[in-house]
Amino acid sequence: MSPVLHTRRDGTTRPARHRAVQPPAVAGLTLVWLALWGDVTPLLLVGGVLVAVMVCLVFPLPPLHLSFRVRPLALVALVGRFIVDVVRASVEVSSVVLRRRQVSNAVVAVDLESSSDLMMTLVASMLSLVPGSVVVEARRSTHTLFLHVIDVRDEEAVERFRQEALALEQRLLRAFPARATGQEEAS
Amino acid sequence: MTWTGVADVVAAACILLGALLALIAAIGVVRMPDLLSRMHAATKPQVLGTVLVMAGVGLRLRDLSVVGVLVLIVLLQMATSIVASHMVGRASFRAGQVRHDLLVIDELSSEPAQDEPRGAP
Repeated sequence: MSPVLHTRRDGTTRPARHRAVQPPAVAGLTLVWLALWGDVTPLLLVGGVLVAVMVCLVFPLPPLHLSFRVRPLALVALVGRFIVDVVRASVEVSSVVLRRRQVSNAVVAVDLESSSDLMMTLVASMLSLVPGSVVVEARRSTHTLFLHVIDVRDEEAVERFRQEALALEQRLLRAFPARATGQEEAS
Repeated sequence: MTWTGVADVVAAACILLGALLALIAAIGVVRMPDLLSRMHAATKPQVLGTVLVMAGVGLRLRDLSVVGVLVLIVLLQMATSIVASHMVGRASFRAGQVRHDLLVIDELSSEPAQDEPRGAP
């Protein structure tokens, strides 16, 4: 995504700065600042907010529209399943490394159901963090992810992986359901 | 044993396990046949390894002011390893540096030519 552009009077453009300072970004950056100092004092808090505002002004990004709700229970299920997946897949990849055997891989296309860029990014990041799959190509127009999967022997295993990836997307959609369209227009 | 003793033992176990995963990642880089398989070995067991080492350090130091930094390390490690592995994998695929003999199925190369220019978002 490119930053929102502001056209100067002479026709040249520059990134728009007037709406660059977004409260969620400032809050997040302030938290990072406090974590780096490892302490919470009023002076650090004020300094953190100042630094966060400076960073937002110097590196303006387009506003992020978070048009979804959060379901806590589904979120817990998502994170729990994710941790289990990461541990299991880490063991699997480690065993593949330690066995002296030729590995066979596959490049699998996964057509995502959701059409939102944010969901696609989240699915891609979570799939990347689970060992055994790397996103080699992402096609935004058709919402297709191409994943390189390690230790796949036959078509059946490819199909199983595809189903797992789609199940992950379903869990994500359950945890972050989209808001009704009426609210989306209002925000 | 007091709880500090238990925490020390758990911390030692976490750090050792994390170090073991990092070692396996290193072995994987040497053993794997092509770049994409190496990406799996190099980036992935090591994410869990980092989490375990950081958990171990946190349990040993038992200091709230360190926890923030440790959480930050884990989050940044996750964020950067995703992007790095994707960019390296994508670049190698586009450059044609793929051992096709190792692939059972390749649904990207068999895809019909796309209209989108390469490098489109």
